[in-house]
Amino acid sequence: MKHLISARGLEATPTVAILDTAMDMVDVRTREVKKLPTLRGKTVANVFFEDSTRTRLSFEAAALALSADVTTFTTQGSSVSKGESLKDTLQTLEAMGADFIVLRHPHSGVASTVVNSGWVDAHIINAGDGTHEHPTQALLDAFTMRSRLRGENARGSDLAGISVVIVGDIFHSRVARSNALLLRTLGATVTLAAPQTLLPREIDSWGAAIVSTLDEAIDLQPDVVMTLRVQRERMTSGFFPSESEFTQLWGMNDSRLRRLPPTSIVMHPGPMNRGLEISGSVADSPQSTVTEQVANGVAVRMAVLYTLMGDSR
Amino acid sequence: MTRVVLTKPDIDRALMRIAHEIVESQRGRFGLIFLGIPTRGVHLARRLARLVADIEPPDVQVGTLDVTMYRDDLATQSTRATVATEIPSSGVDGSTVILVDDVLFSGRTARAALDAITALGRPDVVRFAVLVDRGHRELPIRADFIGKNLPTSTSERVNVSIAEVDDLDEVSIA
Repeated sequence: MKHLISARGLEATPTVAILDTAMDMVDVRTREVKKLPTLRGKTVANVFFEDSTRTRLSFEAAALALSADVTTFTTQGSSVSKGESLKDTLQTLEAMGADFIVLRHPHSGVASTVVNSGWVDAHIINAGDGTHEHPTQALLDAFTMRSRLRGENARGSDLAGISVVIVGDIFHSRVARSNALLLRTLGATVTLAAPQTLLPREIDSWGAAIVSTLDEAIDLQPDVVMTLRVQRERMTSGFFPSESEFTQLWGMNDSRLRRLPPTSIVMHPGPMNRGLEISGSVADSPQSTVTEQVANGVAVRMAVLYTLMGDSR
Repeated sequence: MTRVVLTKPDIDRALMRIAHEIVESQRGRFGLIFLGIPTRGVHLARRLARLVADIEPPDVQVGTLDVTMYRDDLATQSTRATVATEIPSSGVDGSTVILVDDVLFSGRTARAALDAITALGRPDVVRFAVLVDRGHRELPIRADFIGKNLPTSTSERVNVSIAEVDDLDEVSIA
């Protein structure tokens, strides 16, 4: 594997191997020296054409923990405002020595365009392209589920038998798509709960069951409820009547949490709209994995960088 | 053409001798930690720890040291799976660490292991025990305790089988 573009192409065995490597990376974070020399002399360029806090910081932390040099490119204050193309921007970064390009872009499909174009030789990691995919988020979510639900037996295991409900703004969510695809590959069963208007057209190809309200999904007693951010910035027309109605039907709150088994977990990829798709008290409850997901993100991205490094073809 | 060079009794005797040599070199000091390098070094480390504990009991611990991320050939080799590093909860500071591996060849694994130990802490002493030293060093590294010196040519393969992994104890050259 030279690039990581999509969860669609990932097979179960290499995915489990990445999750296992990530366990060892978590371990490194507890040592006296919290760095590995693995990427010494390599440069990771974070190229962000769209705002991000945790993904960018997480990739930065991961690259630094592997002793890579990091350059960060954001569109603000760059020559993109002068009309420089994506191709020229990436080639400029590679000319400056980038071995890995971590790419976030508001347009779906940009990451695979870059790989197929042959513009650059660097490893490309898709850090979110429009409403398409965000594979490292799916990996860190799978990692979080595996370590929470399997505990001591996590290493080497997939997610067979684990039931996951993904609820909310699925239409705009690259996190939902990558998760649904990866979870299926790892053997989990996925149920989607969303208003009709927030389901994408090709939903049938995801291999997931669909229910119309969160209450129906809770009745299934899932192991995981994954809430998604309502993406106000991508909403150009009315996808649901009002925010209060959304919260009523698809928001994760205390009474719904109480109806879940005590071992079930509630996830959110962040950033959260507290009070909209998830209530503050659920987000702060012991069953919430929100901060764990962030911590695991660094370890999983270290594992991804390491795994891609071994394949230079 | 495969030639067996060490049988199970040979391996048992070599490990027993190494265990005595380790006890002797410790001169009664406490805090002995055997760190095995995966895969087979881990099992050899456990055996040596048991043997040493039988000779002079107190305070022998065992762990696993994964050196994968410290290797110098990562960029040229395909991705290797990592293994969990497990060290005693008391840490390695102030202890005597005995690194254990099955074969000493180029010395690059041992070099990576020394870096990996540095990241864990600061032992008083680090020593290196191997079942087989086959020569052809590429770095200035040597073992302190050697089960068997095996003169080989670089084209030959040394295969170490350990019962815990391979269902028999044997060293052969192919």
